[in-house]
Amino acid sequence: MEATQATPVKYDMEVVRWFTIAAAIYAVVGTLVGVYIALELAFPFLNFDIPYITFGRLRPLHTNAVIFAFGGCVLMATGFYMVQRTGATKLWSNGLAWFTFWAWNLIIVSAVVTLPLGFTSGKEYAELEWPIDIAIAVVWLSFGLNHLMTVAIRKTTHIYVSNWFTMGMIVMITYLHVVNSMAIPVSLTNSFSIYSGVQDAMIQWWWGHNAVGFYLTGGFLGIMYYFVPKQSGRPVFSYRLSVLHFWALTFGYVWLGAHHLQYTALPDWTGSLGAAVSLAMIIPSWGGAMNGMMTLSGAWDKLRTDYILRFLVVALAFYAMSTFEGPVMSIKSVNALSHYTDWTVGHVHSGALGWMAMVAYGAMYHMIKKLWGVEKMYSEGLVNVHFWLATIGTVVYIVAMWVSGIMQGLMWRDYDEYGTLTYTFVESVSAMHPYYAMRAVGGLIFHIGTLIALYNIVMTVSRAGATRAAGSVTAKA
Amino acid sequence: MSDHDKMYSTKFQDKIERSTVLMFVVTAIAVAVGGIVEIVPLFYLPNTAMCSSALAGADATCNKTEHKDTSGNVISMDKIVWNPETSARKTLEEWLPGDGVRPYKPLELAGRNVYIREGCYLCHSQMIRPFRDEKDRYGHYNIAEESMYDHTYQWGSKRTGPDLARVGGKYSDEWHVRHLSYPREVVPESVMPNYFWLSDSAVDVAETVQTMKVLTIMPFNPIPKTIYTDAYIDGAAAQLEGKTEMEALIAYLQGMGNHIKFEEGVNYRD
Repeated sequence: MEATQATPVKYDMEVVRWFTIAAAIYAVVGTLVGVYIALELAFPFLNFDIPYITFGRLRPLHTNAVIFAFGGCVLMATGFYMVQRTGATKLWSNGLAWFTFWAWNLIIVSAVVTLPLGFTSGKEYAELEWPIDIAIAVVWLSFGLNHLMTVAIRKTTHIYVSNWFTMGMIVMITYLHVVNSMAIPVSLTNSFSIYSGVQDAMIQWWWGHNAVGFYLTGGFLGIMYYFVPKQSGRPVFSYRLSVLHFWALTFGYVWLGAHHLQYTALPDWTGSLGAAVSLAMIIPSWGGAMNGMMTLSGAWDKLRTDYILRFLVVALAFYAMSTFEGPVMSIKSVNALSHYTDWTVGHVHSGALGWMAMVAYGAMYHMIKKLWGVEKMYSEGLVNVHFWLATIGTVVYIVAMWVSGIMQGLMWRDYDEYGTLTYTFVESVSAMHPYYAMRAVGGLIFHIGTLIALYNIVMTVSRAGATRAAGSVTAKA
Repeated sequence: MSDHDKMYSTKFQDKIERSTVLMFVVTAIAVAVGGIVEIVPLFYLPNTAMCSSALAGADATCNKTEHKDTSGNVISMDKIVWNPETSARKTLEEWLPGDGVRPYKPLELAGRNVYIREGCYLCHSQMIRPFRDEKDRYGHYNIAEESMYDHTYQWGSKRTGPDLARVGGKYSDEWHVRHLSYPREVVPESVMPNYFWLSDSAVDVAETVQTMKVLTIMPFNPIPKTIYTDAYIDGAAAQLEGKTEMEALIAYLQGMGNHIKFEEGVNYRD
């Protein structure tokens, strides 16, 4: 993977360390908010009549925290880590990387303040208001430029596959963010999209699905392509498959957003086209999942002892599962049932918890050992506990949402023998209660896992720091 | 790559992998195609409600969209999108349900700002699909023109609560006040938060007036100056003064979904 060097390269890893710690903290915060809003849906008194913590205001905070705070810090940590190690070079600009770190965290803080205050553009997954949107564009480009230039100054001949995915993500997210966030301000805290109705809907879901496709999938596939081979000590199963996988996903994923708008006022051809390409995407998605899985061939025994590898493998299994589920849900007759229900919410979480968070933790545990130069985590046992909590939590969550989603869909369309609707809407709401409670439990289990991870990481880092300090004292003496 | 796997798939791929610039450019092109194919036509093709801003005369079109009645005659577009120049009713205050899609009145617009601020779209959709059960539950399916003035569309993606696209007129104002204030007093199984505090907060007059101004300068589907005339915008503040956010939100909800008089048996989506 890395070019063998006569003299070891001194990488810029301090900023990677900070991004990694920040990610571990944001995972705790983001899932905590998630658990809370899940409980609000099960037990509405938890809104406590406080406007700032109602479901409608906290839900964007949850999505922004897990996607952009946790996911973003993971992507930037691993992005800077992989681009240096695969290119055998330092960062193009360490200073710019620090700018990216502090400015990205400032954006996260501003999201935490503004979203509960109700400053929102009203676009799902793109709620932050225009001044923050401009800041996001600037900081994102600072990350992109640094990554691109570091690729350019690499000492290796070829660009490693992980960096293709990161580059694809950087370009696409820039397009998406800029086009989708186009708005005319009314005040510093309010603005309206320059598009309306059909056009706004399509652009929103072009953004919405590709934030998933390039940020949570492409970016994390890049992570997978580096950390699975590294952790298992095996080369990537097939280089050719990675080439096919990359270009097919890069070209194809972009088309999928329209499947979020089946049977709406969006012209039929657009949704159908989106669904057709969605079905085709099973092949490259599974190609990637296979490539990751098969990388372990000959090393499967390591799963018994290597808890970090477990995170990566289960992540790939969830990836394969949700990239099958997604295309199925895009088929019009299935979508007629699943759209507007909790099934969609469950699908998102099988990707976000099962795939993205699992692969993120696999990468984080691997990096932490390298970054702080320790042989083992503070407690390998706790890594295993975290693994099981994450897996069980995710499964409980998505099973609850499958049942509630399909039940909702069936109740809404059910007719009695007299040809009238069998259920009122509110009957479907009360039927959801046990599943909403179960979902909160699943989320809570996952959240406890993130807490354990944070504890384990903090203990590992502080011990490494103590050892290093002791070592330097001894050296001086 | 590992040692045993140094072959490349094609020469072009090898070239791309060696060049940062080429990798960047090819990727940037590859990711652009899908969006261009699916989005750009929506600004030109029929049935997308991209309407001429002037709304000039009876032949005003929305990208050449033609809705046809059961006998195949084209339904005049001013039956779908309200046009004060051809309509008997010239102002928003005179407009009656069935006159066609219209922009929001000032109080409704203030209510819509509350709707967006509180994140109502996260639990309520505003997009009825063409299914029997949705027709029975919510009413006629929505068509593109109905949200043409909705800058930042509010179709939503989740129905934790019911669809609201045609909630207008379904319940009384008094019901809405009670339901929005304490939902579980009216619907015990509801999981909606209490919004009684909206009755204590005044609408933001300056922001609403500014919103009206901004909506007339939108590059796509701006609100025609023939409807939001300067005089109308100037008079908006007087309509908003002293109103609460509760009143505004209810005005918004009550104005929803009754703009077009849909005829039975007509396919409005073709």
